[in-house]
Amino acid sequence: MLENFLASLMTIEGFAFYLFSVLTIGLFLVTVMSKNVLYAMTSLAAAMVLISGFFFILGADFLGVVQLIVYVGAIMALYSFAMMFFDATKDIKEKNTNPALVFLLGGLSAVVLVLMFAGPIHSDAIVALYPMHEGVGNAQDVGMVLFTKYLIPFEVAALMLLVAMISGIILASKKMDDSLTEDLGVDEEMMIKDDK
Amino acid sequence: MIGLSHYLIVSAIIFSIGLVGVLRRRNLLMLFFATEVMLNAVNIAFAAISHYYNDLTGQMFAFFIIAIAASEVAVGLGLLILLYKKHGSLNLDDLASMRG
Repeated sequence: MLENFLASLMTIEGFAFYLFSVLTIGLFLVTVMSKNVLYAMTSLAAAMVLISGFFFILGADFLGVVQLIVYVGAIMALYSFAMMFFDATKDIKEKNTNPALVFLLGGLSAVVLVLMFAGPIHSDAIVALYPMHEGVGNAQDVGMVLFTKYLIPFEVAALMLLVAMISGIILASKKMDDSLTEDLGVDEEMMIKDDK
Repeated sequence: MIGLSHYLIVSAIIFSIGLVGVLRRRNLLMLFFATEVMLNAVNIAFAAISHYYNDLTGQMFAFFIIAIAASEVAVGLGLLILLYKKHGSLNLDDLASMRG
């Protein structure tokens, strides 16, 4: 057991796998446990970069690039823009009645979910529906399958993104001219002082 | 040698971290972060199965999950901003207005 672990640590793939998994698990723990929104958001972004490393190890190059561009570049940027609307410097106070029970319930329900969905699968009977081709790059392979077999889901996803974009603009721009906080801003206070 | 089960175990650990986060968080923004953690865990499992069974379907599903996550964040953050403008807080205990 230990010898197997050490031997796999010597290969590049094994070393990268263990490094990435330890770092992602640690960073996600910071995301879930931290009291500060900024710490949680930065560790989430860093963990997502490392998850794209998993995709590159697994040979899913295009998925790794999409993860970097969409997750780290778009979603985390959206979160950090939204952080301007909320008070991010303040620590959030959360009242937890029973933390041990939460860990027990979370772990148990995760195990139950895995058993429910993975238990009935007979792994030898799985055959590849759209097998990868030898000597063809991953991006080319993905493009061939995405634009032939998954064309309708792709178009529906594009429509869904359009709807989400319009709804995001409309929701966020409502009452944009109102001040977020009740008290006056710094500039207005200065102007009042100058008047006096 | 790293096998499929290694990746699935890592994915299950990350998924349970996200599930614990969903259960224990009381701030709506932090709940969003915890759901992102769970979505990423599922993406790792899809990519690993896709690699070890030499099948592209897993990667396709991972792409659609990323698209769904992007639109979820766009709509959800709009709603969160409206909620914050209305109540001045994102804490679920403060927002519970239907207490009997």
